[in-house]
Amino acid sequence: MERYYQPEIECAAPEILRQMQNEKLAAQVRHVWDNVPYYRAKMEARGLTPDDIRTVDDLKKLPFLTKDDLRETYPDGLVAVPLRDCVRIQSTSGTTGKRVVGYYTQEDVDLWEECCARAITAAGGTNEDVVQVCYGYGLFTGGPGLHGGSHKVGSLTLPMSSGNTDRQLQFMVDLKATILCCTPSYAAYLAESIHERGLRDKICLKAGIFGAEAWSEEMRHDIEKSLGIKAYDIYGLTELSGPGVSFECSEQSGMHINEDHFYAEIIDPDTGEVLPEGTQGELVFTALDRKAFPLLRYRTRDICVLSREKCSCGRTHVKMKKPRGRSDDMLIIRGVNVFPSQIEAVLIEQGYQANYQIVVDRVNNSDTIDVLVEMTPENFSDSLAQITKQEKDLVGGLKSMLGIHVNVHLVAPKSLARSEGKAVRVIDKRKI
Amino acid sequence: MSVSQISVFLENRPGELAEITGLLAAQNIDLRALNIAETTDYGVIRLITNCNDEAARILNEAGFILFRNEVTAVAVPDQPGGLNRVLKLLAAAGIDIAYMYSIFSESKGKAFMIMKLSDSARAEALLEAAGLAGIVPGTDALVGKE
Repeated sequence: MERYYQPEIECAAPEILRQMQNEKLAAQVRHVWDNVPYYRAKMEARGLTPDDIRTVDDLKKLPFLTKDDLRETYPDGLVAVPLRDCVRIQSTSGTTGKRVVGYYTQEDVDLWEECCARAITAAGGTNEDVVQVCYGYGLFTGGPGLHGGSHKVGSLTLPMSSGNTDRQLQFMVDLKATILCCTPSYAAYLAESIHERGLRDKICLKAGIFGAEAWSEEMRHDIEKSLGIKAYDIYGLTELSGPGVSFECSEQSGMHINEDHFYAEIIDPDTGEVLPEGTQGELVFTALDRKAFPLLRYRTRDICVLSREKCSCGRTHVKMKKPRGRSDDMLIIRGVNVFPSQIEAVLIEQGYQANYQIVVDRVNNSDTIDVLVEMTPENFSDSLAQITKQEKDLVGGLKSMLGIHVNVHLVAPKSLARSEGKAVRVIDKRKI
Repeated sequence: MSVSQISVFLENRPGELAEITGLLAAQNIDLRALNIAETTDYGVIRLITNCNDEAARILNEAGFILFRNEVTAVAVPDQPGGLNRVLKLLAAAGIDIAYMYSIFSESKGKAFMIMKLSDSARAEALLEAAGLAGIVPGTDALVGKE
């Protein structure tokens, strides 16, 4: 039976939800206008006042915010309440440039944790469950978000943070953890370690909530099979609160956006035009309730599709498909768009691990792409002819998936770093 | 004359092979034969030792990827045309050789070779009938007889 944390909101009739969004949006635009001079100036430049934004249909008039705006206003130029009303900051990892700092009032923290509680409940979590949180704790939102959500659900929360695999496995076994929260690459690593140590029969996991990095359906399948669990995707970004902006339900066919808090649009990344439902484009969010850090029309760089098709779980909130890649993770190799998730899909299909590294370089003014792949026992034999044939098949598979030639290098098992946080999958050596 | 072989995946890096021989040396394991097939990135190293089960256990624990199978030991007469005699016999029977390498051995008048053959059961019967069946001296994985 499907469980909901806040059924009256999660399953609200569409017109009631829309009404809620319209009212919240009008109030939020007024709040930003009154308290964030940086954004007010952007609105004034377009001749807009809060009176021009009465419903979500008016959103398209508003200017976008991008990561560049966040950098320009670093650290607190977009904060809309006095700092004495803020109780927390969280920050991005800074992998794509300067760190972004998000501010939270207590109300902001509560709504974020409620979003995570909805995700845990959708994954089958109740107060009977033991939730092992091995996302990093600290500035990174992963740990604090799921931790708070687990508290709200009333589950027994194991605040493990990332790393120390021996201790993770000991607690997983001894304390009978039932729900695992971590990055998908760490889940795959834990699964490997569980099998190596013969602990498969000693674990009680039933579900996992995995996010913070891109992962493929094939990887989901592998983790589910290896651990005997259901693996749910969760999505979020520090700029909006953290994980829980959207989450998967039992249908596992896209993530329901908590759109009572975060209104989603899909735009053409080149023109900024809003695209019709079902069209692939860049995901843009407006935070409807955030008090301290109320971003309007924030461009995520994530490329995906929204769907309002009726979901069998009973939730009415719009679903986003798994992002096809962040547009800033997207590699352009000799003019061709390459998403690491495409490479991952080919690797898993051909019996290799989802642990790999992509090295991009530019030689004689032409881009090169090399993929380092770990040899697996299944693909190894005494026959060099057979191994080189498999290697050729892999090159062929990548070529047909990506349309470009990829140099494949088979490397020793476990020679590529296993991530306990976000995997470093791409090394771009090009100096452009 | 069927003999057990261990193949190990080896990335081309200085010291990789020495790591393997070092692990085996530390446990007093004696190498009876060794062969490397390589590409630019990696190699397949094929080993026969005096104690393959122990060698496999040690290498497996050290994180190497292994493959174990049976190959054929052949006694090649140590004289001009000796190998040719073996190869002609196999060719006449339509048996393919995937790879071959020699064994460290001091047996007089015979050079022992290891061969991976397409039809090892038939090949071994033929070789035995022709007096060409080999052994790998000093292995515990010896099957068949001199």
